[in-house]
Amino acid sequence: MCRMAAIKSESPFAPVLMLRMLLAMQEGHDNSGFAMVMQDLGGAFEGFKHFPLLSMACTSVGLERAEQILENQGFSPKFDYQPDVDAKPGLDFRKMPHYIFRNYRYPEALNSLSDSPTPEQKKLLVETRLALRAALSPDRQGYVYSFWPDVLTLKEIGEPRDIGTYFQLWNENHWLQARVISAQCRQNTNYQIVRYAAHPFFLEGYTLMGNGENTFYQKNKEFQQWLHPAYIGFESDTQCFLYTLHYVVEQLKWPLPYYKHVITPLTFEEMRQRQDAPVLERIRQSCQNLEINGPNTVVFVLPDGRVGICADAKKLRPLVIGKHAEHRMVVAASEVCGVNAVIPDRNDEDDVYPGEREMVIIDNSLEVQRWPQ
Amino acid sequence: MAAIIRPEEIRSDSGKLGGNGHGETSAVARSISLAKSPNGGTSRAHMIKPTYVRDPHPIDFPWQIEWNPETCIRCGSCVATCTFGAIQPRLQRQGQTLSAGNFPKPVDASQVIMAIKQVSDPKHYCRGCTMCEKVCPTNSIHPVQNEHNRFPLVARQGGSPIKRGGRGHMPIRVLDYVKVGRISQMTDPSLDAARHTFDLLTPLGRGLPPEELALVNENGRLVNGSWMLPMRWIYPILIGDMSVGALSWRMWEALAIAVAYLNEECGLPVRMSSGEGGMPVRLLTSEHLKYFIVQIASGHFGWNRIIKAMPRMVTDPAAILIKIGQGAKPGDGGLLPAEKVAPHIQAIRGVPKADLLSPPNHQGLYSIEESVQKMFLSMNAAFKFRVPVAIKVAASSTSVSVFNNLIRDPYHIVGGYFLDGIQGGTGAAHEVSMDHTGHPILSKLRDCYLAAVEQGKQGQIPLFVGGGFGDTSDLAADAFKAICLGANGVFSAKIFLQLAGCVGNEKGRCNACNTGFCPVGICTQDPRLVARLDVDAVAQNIVDYFLAMDVELKKLMAPIGNSTLPVGRSDALVSLDKGIADRLQIAYAC
Repeated sequence: MCRMAAIKSESPFAPVLMLRMLLAMQEGHDNSGFAMVMQDLGGAFEGFKHFPLLSMACTSVGLERAEQILENQGFSPKFDYQPDVDAKPGLDFRKMPHYIFRNYRYPEALNSLSDSPTPEQKKLLVETRLALRAALSPDRQGYVYSFWPDVLTLKEIGEPRDIGTYFQLWNENHWLQARVISAQCRQNTNYQIVRYAAHPFFLEGYTLMGNGENTFYQKNKEFQQWLHPAYIGFESDTQCFLYTLHYVVEQLKWPLPYYKHVITPLTFEEMRQRQDAPVLERIRQSCQNLEINGPNTVVFVLPDGRVGICADAKKLRPLVIGKHAEHRMVVAASEVCGVNAVIPDRNDEDDVYPGEREMVIIDNSLEVQRWPQ
Repeated sequence: MAAIIRPEEIRSDSGKLGGNGHGETSAVARSISLAKSPNGGTSRAHMIKPTYVRDPHPIDFPWQIEWNPETCIRCGSCVATCTFGAIQPRLQRQGQTLSAGNFPKPVDASQVIMAIKQVSDPKHYCRGCTMCEKVCPTNSIHPVQNEHNRFPLVARQGGSPIKRGGRGHMPIRVLDYVKVGRISQMTDPSLDAARHTFDLLTPLGRGLPPEELALVNENGRLVNGSWMLPMRWIYPILIGDMSVGALSWRMWEALAIAVAYLNEECGLPVRMSSGEGGMPVRLLTSEHLKYFIVQIASGHFGWNRIIKAMPRMVTDPAAILIKIGQGAKPGDGGLLPAEKVAPHIQAIRGVPKADLLSPPNHQGLYSIEESVQKMFLSMNAAFKFRVPVAIKVAASSTSVSVFNNLIRDPYHIVGGYFLDGIQGGTGAAHEVSMDHTGHPILSKLRDCYLAAVEQGKQGQIPLFVGGGFGDTSDLAADAFKAICLGANGVFSAKIFLQLAGCVGNEKGRCNACNTGFCPVGICTQDPRLVARLDVDAVAQNIVDYFLAMDVELKKLMAPIGNSTLPVGRSDALVSLDKGIADRLQIAYAC
């Protein structure tokens, strides 16, 4: 079973905290990998926030292909971060020849820099990532995880400790730092073990990881496959939760609380006691193939940096949110021991356990808000 | 000892009462007069005339009456009960050998006894309904199925095709080869059917893609931006269309009472289709109308009254169902024999006493486009676009084409697609239609659902399927499998008649719905037969079945870990047959 960890902090922090949390919860997962998405970057990338950052693991052939595609699209390299590695023998993970973390300049025609990409830039970034993925996938020459400003993704299959050792993530003052990191440690999904199956998943500023089983995977997948060109892969049933989040908030432009109404609709009995029942009934009918109905907890990060958490309607998957006022960070983990690994001296009476009929939002002032469904 | 009545016994023992009870001289009697052959011999081969061989006889019939003269008390209950006139009392001379005197010497004697005889007129053939057996106080009589019968040959005498009611028979039952094979274990625990909350409702009415919902964001809340298409959330198992006329008024009433009770006392929003025969005005103008789907078919029977009642309606019906075709007799219209068109049926349908035939198609509709624009729009407009309008068609090789046309209709006015398979039941049809035309339902359901998936339109027109569901009495299991294959719901009819006491089945028992002689008062308008039906008891049986079925549905939902209907969740199913698995695109398991 997956164990998830997420931290949102006022100041940048190194991924070592994620390793500590996940290893504290290792009895609950199988140590089959390590995956994280870092957002609102500090450290090495602090000065390049507005430049799209490509996160990719590939072979030399793959790298050559990717560079050609990027060049053809008009992208030019801005900053290339080569992680220092500790390639000592005996590390148990499936290393790739190249790990690319590289900022690019937009093509000249779209080269305006702002806090968030323009619609044209968004479209180009998604299309380019999909083109890279399509070019590298058939003969497994590489894996393209994200291509977005201020977002870095690392995914590897193997022992998390060893992955941490190789990338020197145990270093407290590592140059990779971020203010929001979401991570989990299990690559052994119910389907094939492939890098693309590892959550957290990222799309157009939205990051999501999920715990549990999506029993409506087939329904979700069959419906989502036509909704957006980037709703592809489906290597993991958790991808469906991300696509639904993206669809509801980004495409439909519905307010965020309606994500909860879509994935875990109220029972008819509860719904009919509300004034907005007619609207909720319509949403339930139109979005019946986006419901999740399984034992799940999802943790997501929005483009504006807020972190959200919600559980399935039966709340069969736990998650705990802890906060330490002095540390100026909020920590979410599948188990209390995960939170304890980072902020053991907090007042745990203030911990929040999201219920089945609420959405918990950690806003940018680190306030933990509970939104009843 | 029970005895099958055989020709030899009749020939040797019958006296002058050897006729068939209908004023005819039986073949047996004629053969006696010709007992001697021209050459004086007694060989039976030479005695038999062609007429004797050709004339109908109970041995030609699908059921033979087995009667035990030794235990029978001659109360006459069986004869009085048989609605088909298949048995009659006759006097019969019985030979005896007596001994008397000090030196016993065998003496031939005889006595006349009353015997129960099966009638040999094909018009009065035994249907195997078992009513004689049910009423017999000494278990002295029962019908036995005659596998060597020649009835299909005998029954067509006179040039009239065979008609009957009931369901068609399929050589295999596909649903039995499909199992719920995806059981939640560790990563997604099974639910507790008794404790968890289950939401077993399904939409009836056109759905829109989310981006086309006219919702407006007002300060973070979505509100209706404009008029919305009519839609109801209903229980996924419906009572299928059976008209007043095909059913006795008491049977129809029992169904209606059960539906009202299920809605108002049990919290199950079960809906019932009226069938094409109109509805009682008192119901049309009552609050209970909302539980009914009002059907219109090519005969428009009953619509005169419905339209006249509209100004006095206090609520809207659940839906309007336009019947284009049905699974039991695809390509054929409804058929209500004149025998069943009693005065109250004439009144409710607005017709004289005559055979009532719905035309095979809706006169004036020549294309799908026209049907959408004209008929659907008319029905939508009639209820001011507040009531979903659905269509019912027979499953066919063309079902997907029709479905595609409807789902691509830009006006979004088709609120449901009811697909009726080959095993659908009927009150009356030509046997050749029932047994040899039609399309099995499951593959067609799957085709339609996957056609919608291919276009990203699944769920926009709710799919309801019928035809043989519940024919082994496990309606919950049948419905659940259909739902996993993509149905939003299932309609079933025959099983509710069986709950009322109908003894008809696919093995040739009874199925006399077309005759007006229904032995249990379900498919007849004869007040003496209808009186056999206990309305309240029937309604209670149906309510009890629904309540049990509701629990059974939850017992099927729980192991796959779902609390809402798994519409299209075909990964929950496996098939024990590779061909079925491939055709339905589900996993094969062995």
